[in-house]
Amino acid sequence: MRLSRNTILTLIALLVIAGLLALAQAFMNPYLLRILNLCAVYSIFAVTFNLIFGYTGQFSLGHAGFAAVGAYVAALLTLSPSQKISNFFLKPIVPLLANVELPFLPALIIGGIVASLVGSLIAWPALRLRGDYLAIATLGFSEIIRILLVNMQPITNGALGLKGIPAYTNLLWSWGALAVCLFVTKRLVDSSYGRAMRAVRDDEVAAEALGVNLFKHKMMAFAVSAFFVGVAGGLMANLISTIDPKVFIFTLTYQIVGITVMGGMGSLTGSVIAASLYTIFLELLRPIESQFTIGSLTVPGIPGMRMVIFSILLLVVILFYRKGLMGTREFSWDWVVNLIRRLKSGKKTGSSGEVKS
Amino acid sequence: MTPLLKMVNVTKRFGGLTAVNNFSTELQAGELCALIGPNGSGKTTIFNLITGIYVPSEGHIYLGGDDISGKRPDVITGMGIARTFQNIRLFKGLNVLENVIVGKHLRLQSNVASAVMRLPGYDREEKEMRQTGMELLESLGLARFAYDEPTSLPYGQQRKLEIARALATNPRLLLLDEPAAGMSPSDAEELMTFIQHVLKTFELTIFLIEHQMRVVMGICPRIIVIDHGEWIAEGNPEQIQNNDRVIEAYLGASDHA
Repeated sequence: MRLSRNTILTLIALLVIAGLLALAQAFMNPYLLRILNLCAVYSIFAVTFNLIFGYTGQFSLGHAGFAAVGAYVAALLTLSPSQKISNFFLKPIVPLLANVELPFLPALIIGGIVASLVGSLIAWPALRLRGDYLAIATLGFSEIIRILLVNMQPITNGALGLKGIPAYTNLLWSWGALAVCLFVTKRLVDSSYGRAMRAVRDDEVAAEALGVNLFKHKMMAFAVSAFFVGVAGGLMANLISTIDPKVFIFTLTYQIVGITVMGGMGSLTGSVIAASLYTIFLELLRPIESQFTIGSLTVPGIPGMRMVIFSILLLVVILFYRKGLMGTREFSWDWVVNLIRRLKSGKKTGSSGEVKS
Repeated sequence: MTPLLKMVNVTKRFGGLTAVNNFSTELQAGELCALIGPNGSGKTTIFNLITGIYVPSEGHIYLGGDDISGKRPDVITGMGIARTFQNIRLFKGLNVLENVIVGKHLRLQSNVASAVMRLPGYDREEKEMRQTGMELLESLGLARFAYDEPTSLPYGQQRKLEIARALATNPRLLLLDEPAAGMSPSDAEELMTFIQHVLKTFELTIFLIEHQMRVVMGICPRIIVIDHGEWIAEGNPEQIQNNDRVIEAYLGASDHA
């Protein structure tokens, strides 16, 4: 089999990235590692939201709920039986789950599948609605999931949450999952099915008149999307090792929507870039929330100040880059090669054209 | 011979409003037939009933003997009815060729898993779709726009692209909803020649809506006229032009004595 230049470049890039991540895993401190892991988790959230909204045009606000399902399933499957006993001191855990302990990979996959099933179950009635109504319905379902988590004490330990979840997530897991998610999503949206999804996004009536089964294609987007959201939820649970229902309130969904809009609707590259920038910026801005002094002026720490700055950044992006950082463009080797050629021949014109819409 | 399309006593009510009242007609295979009537007379509603966007309140619609009333629009398209829209509805995020290939998606055999894995079966189908899509564009003179955005095309070409896209679904019956809307008389004439060309090359049956009578007179051997959702006349252009009820519907009654 002969490989094209782009395939070879992709393979080399993947190897280099994997090597760098392995190095980072070995030498970076836990704080930085956690930020890098979160970059990947948020990237998966943004990419999957892009699949539902950016490519299929369904404004769904159920992401926090799907992530919660994946996180709880993965957490319950990876917690050791002794940890479960110490966690569930108010009400004992259901016997069925008490002695289950699975390796990380099956736990993640089962988490994804359960999230996908829940997502499809929600989508079934909700997909009769369109636009804002779909958003409200999915937001409601997402909240229902959270309330169920609070109240199903024998399974979820209620508001106390789950503690001592084994910290299995490392850079190779999180970025590996992101790579799989990107691969599947990109292949899906470039296929005939993805073309039909984009047709549904642009004009439902015309798509249906051309023989596209609306329900089937929207459902497909939901199921695939919810699967990866569930996996990302599992990664998150095994990263922060303590989860409770409050982690999955609707602000998580809003963050995901914000990230995806910032990156560009219909650009997977944009989603990854925006998710990484968001996670890193949020950490860089952390000092703003504590007390600091400028000259003789002492500014008291205001909790939540980071979100104010984030909102301003989001406004700036929406004002000046109407279509997000990347619009609908994707990273491509052809673009890189052209850029290098142009730089070589000394003409630097147009090299900044990438991030402009 | 069974007619290709048969509508039997079809009625559509929206609450108290009867948009189509007890409408019956038959279309033979290979026919080019026009449906005309004043604004708001229910022409588009009849198209929406045939294509499944609306379900008839009463009556039945048959395609080559199969009852299609109440079926989903995409199922009806799969059975062989394609349409265009009065206001152009192209997919803005897809290029011209992709717009056409979407119409071939319903005949795709490979499932979504093999599409994601790019299995040989899927690859072959995708290649075939692109090839036949390109051939279709070539035969309609749109090939040079294949990789352009549909909105960058001149208005008349966008109309043709809508027809090309409908043809991609391999229809037996093509419904054209005011294909010449918003066109100058000379452009409209050119489009009518184009429609005759399509009728012959693709061995279709075409049912078209137009409310400018002059446009269809030249090319349609049979014209059906409706007003207020009711059948009022049918015949060749000459008969229609001299029909009293038609003149009354378009110009109003001369005398209310």
